[in-house]
Amino acid sequence: MPVSDFQPVIGLEVHAQLLTQSKIFCGCSTAFGAEPNLHTCPVCLGMPGVLPVLNQRVVEFAVLTGLALGCEVRSRSVWSRKNYFYPDLPKGYQITQYDLPICEHGRLTIDTPRGEKVIRVRRIHMEEDAGKNVHDASEGQSLVDLNRAGVPLLEIVSDPDLRDADEAVEYLKALRDVLVYLGVNDGNLEEGSFRCDANVSVMPRGSDTFGQRCELKNLNSFRFVKQAIEYEIARQVDVIESGGKVAQETRLWDTNKGVTRSMRSKEDAHDYRYFPEPDLPPLLVTTATIESMGQRLPELPRPKLQRFVQQYGLPAYDARTLTAERPLADFFDVCAAKYPDAKKLSNWFLGELLRLLKEEAMPVSALRFTPERLAELLTAVDAGTLSNNAGKDVLGEMFRTGKAPADIIAEKGLAQVSDTGAIEAVVDDILARNAGEVEKYRAGKKQVFGFFVGQVMRAMKGKGNPTLVNELLKKKLGD
Amino acid sequence: MQLTDLTMLELARKLASGEVSSVEATRASLERIARVDPQVRAFLRVDAEGALAAAEASDARRKAGTPASALDGVPVGLKDLFLTEGVETTAGSRVLEGFVPPFDATVVRLLKEAGLPLLGKLNLDEFAMGSSNESSAYFPTHNPWDLTRTPGGSSGGSAAAVAAREVFGALGTDTGGSIRQPAAFTNTVGLKPTYGRVSRYGVIAYASSLDQPGPMTRTVGDAAALLQLLARHDPLDSTSAAVETPDYSAGLEEGVRGLRLGVPREYFAEGMDSEVEASVRAALREYERLGATLVDVSLPHTRHALATYYLIAPAEASSNLARYDGIRYGLRAKDARGLKELYSQTRERGFGPEAKRRIMLGTYALSAGYYDAYYLRAQKVRTLIREDFLRVFRDVDALLTPASPVPPFKLGEKVDDPLSMYLMDVYTLPCNLAGVPGLSVPCGFTKAGLPVGLQVLGRPFEEALLLRVARAFEREHDYSRRFAPLPAQGA
Amino acid sequence: MALTLEQVRHVATLARLALTPEEEQRFATQLSAVLDAVAQLQSVDVETVEPTSHATLAASLLREDVARPSLPPEKSLANAPAKVGTSFAVPKIIE
Ligand SMILES: [Mg+2]
Ligand SMILES: [Zn+2]
Repeated sequence: MPVSDFQPVIGLEVHAQLLTQSKIFCGCSTAFGAEPNLHTCPVCLGMPGVLPVLNQRVVEFAVLTGLALGCEVRSRSVWSRKNYFYPDLPKGYQITQYDLPICEHGRLTIDTPRGEKVIRVRRIHMEEDAGKNVHDASEGQSLVDLNRAGVPLLEIVSDPDLRDADEAVEYLKALRDVLVYLGVNDGNLEEGSFRCDANVSVMPRGSDTFGQRCELKNLNSFRFVKQAIEYEIARQVDVIESGGKVAQETRLWDTNKGVTRSMRSKEDAHDYRYFPEPDLPPLLVTTATIESMGQRLPELPRPKLQRFVQQYGLPAYDARTLTAERPLADFFDVCAAKYPDAKKLSNWFLGELLRLLKEEAMPVSALRFTPERLAELLTAVDAGTLSNNAGKDVLGEMFRTGKAPADIIAEKGLAQVSDTGAIEAVVDDILARNAGEVEKYRAGKKQVFGFFVGQVMRAMKGKGNPTLVNELLKKKLGD
Repeated sequence: MQLTDLTMLELARKLASGEVSSVEATRASLERIARVDPQVRAFLRVDAEGALAAAEASDARRKAGTPASALDGVPVGLKDLFLTEGVETTAGSRVLEGFVPPFDATVVRLLKEAGLPLLGKLNLDEFAMGSSNESSAYFPTHNPWDLTRTPGGSSGGSAAAVAAREVFGALGTDTGGSIRQPAAFTNTVGLKPTYGRVSRYGVIAYASSLDQPGPMTRTVGDAAALLQLLARHDPLDSTSAAVETPDYSAGLEEGVRGLRLGVPREYFAEGMDSEVEASVRAALREYERLGATLVDVSLPHTRHALATYYLIAPAEASSNLARYDGIRYGLRAKDARGLKELYSQTRERGFGPEAKRRIMLGTYALSAGYYDAYYLRAQKVRTLIREDFLRVFRDVDALLTPASPVPPFKLGEKVDDPLSMYLMDVYTLPCNLAGVPGLSVPCGFTKAGLPVGLQVLGRPFEEALLLRVARAFEREHDYSRRFAPLPAQGA
Repeated sequence: MALTLEQVRHVATLARLALTPEEEQRFATQLSAVLDAVAQLQSVDVETVEPTSHATLAASLLREDVARPSLPPEKSLANAPAKVGTSFAVPKIIE
């Protein structure tokens, strides 16, 4: 059977690092990039006798995420210990949630070529991150850095509802957008603050029995997610085609070779001996907490996109770009309230504004001017006070200095000259000084017109209103 | 009368009146340790320097009229399960040999803040796993009443040091009887508070849902005074209860007239030593004479407590002891090739037989395919055991039982028979499973002069009532005035 | 219930204990005896009973999300059997 005779089945497990100040069970900082073990204390070092105390914000973020994904939030959830030995796991167990997680039964809508599709979110739970083992820094040794040990994570597990690599990527992007919108995660795959494992299996089309699944790890970009899943689907089909059986295992995506390979080291003694964490009583979440989190729930990416299309009449492409980041969308909303032409506004955003931000690698939140100022600038362009090009220059200056557009226009004398008398004087002067060219024009060499425009504009340092310059030239040349 | 013969409260009175200084008391303790500890072997580590510095500071406070607490200046000892900043803490295990904690356990901090000089670290069964002190990786402690016998365990060093008057009081921990059984074996008072009453932060964990630190003293009044300093909500311990601390000494002398005291049938079973039973029965009659009503009660699930305990405690222990891996602190197997050997050799060499036995048992009980049949089932039976207690406490104010089925046994007698050793805890461990408080108070001696303890069990957070019940008996007798015959003759 | 040597070895692997052959033998015997003793629990009717994992009144204690100073490395690594810089060192891990 060819690959097309098989139906891939994919479920995703995402580990999202929460944007808290301190770790989940101790007061150590979660900041990235410190010297090894500088952000550690007896608790996250797993010293004898230490005990965990839960960070309140972690619970709030979990509830917020659960509500955003339409989950049921458990009023009573339970902490468990997952027992295994590894140098980056200082206590010899990870504190996580197992059979009674904080959130369950959610959903996330994605776009597919066949239209919208709802992917079920099976569960969301809180847990602590492990530290980091560094293998190549020292001869014959691995080095252990526990700065990340105890950093709070949300593990978000989908049902196996995804049917191909593109859907998986769509789901991940949509999920990342939601988390970033909520302000609970920075969405960074490369730095590992948004990590994804994929469970992949294949079954003959039409079957309702899932095949044996493999877990793929090390998928630290959307591109790798797509490549690894596609590779793995083909590999599993191959195994079955050649009469073999897919073995349940953990496989690592090899970025260099573009293949997945078996990770046997993770396989031995695969018995986590979960049991309820005796050091933490069950977590009780009150209705009041859930309600107050509900009130803090912002407009989510998908509804926002739909609103941008409907309210502003924008094309889907524009709306998607503008709503990709919440601060940009918020900026647009405020601008649009002051400036009526949404499409024109969108063009400025997609063209100039995003280009400037990208050049400086600057976030929207760091912009030095307010959305109201941008609206003022565009209004000035519309009124003819400023040419389109001069408008771009002013925006560049606003971007660099944060000055008000009116001030920049005044300072730099950028205001466009639309005074007919002033332009007429210049036109007359140019025509008088170029009698020869006028002769040629009148003799039928119409190309010379561009020369006159250029001369006039140069004389006016580019500030002449081009429409008026054209009109007056034609009039004086007798057209 | 020697200074070290004083109780904590007697010493505190003399410190308050200026008759004695803390430095004098601390020196007296240190001298007594030097004289008798070579026989008793209660101490793993004496911190003379630290204790004397604290005593000097205490004397300065007393002089300035600003004592930090009622017990400011009274020297005590700590079971070596409590983390002490800058002072080696081993849990009686090779795996932690040389470990110097960078912080104090919450209760250690509380004692320091209250001004008590800390004399040093007391011996225990390795990781508090044992009932005889013989599983200590270093040496067994001897019972001051008969040096050929065990002081009990696991807080045997604490009990022996108190009984030998090397310290005025001590802290122990109790997971299945580790405070009460050694107290019973040494003619001392030991109180296991309600689970959550005293912080576990910085106390090396054996079985987290059962462990509870508590005072070990010569008298009930001392236990009340020491508990007064320890019973606090601790924001570093999520299982610490946010319950107000009563004045534990206030109602101590109120007696038992009018109280209903339950006598649970299941605690007077076969296998009990006849002399122990005689002592305890005599104590029961005494309570009747003092005006209490004795009520025959039944806690039917008691017979499952031992089995329940020996699944739950090892399961938790197997996980709690996973952190001893030779990577961040403690012992590391030197010649290990590769990571796997680093783990398995370090742990093989670091742990003694009893710790390994419980790690194995607990790992098995939690492992795939056995969890439901062992661990989960044990947790359900635990519920039944707890419900037994809460039910009878609707009818009676406290329960009276023997603390141990036998008097102190010979060192070496049971080391090779784990099951018979586990039976030593049969009367004490239901209380830990239920999370209720329990106390052992001296109630006599066998013909051979070995101490017997009476156990009082009560409702959650009613430590004050337990102390009052125990005190009513204590004041009718001179047991707390009887001193272990030390130094032993010929020594 | 008798524990086989094979089971003892499996459990020892899970627990990271390099037991000697004598220990394996001894634990097989001793653990079997303990398991026999705890087998009585199988007879208790727990059909409708909820498990107790915490004998405590304490409700979930929550901590404010405030970063506090960590340990200085000279303290956090003071007890380390092997270190390189401010990292703990272990034999090379082969993945
Ligand atoms: Mg996880
Ligand atoms: Zn920390």
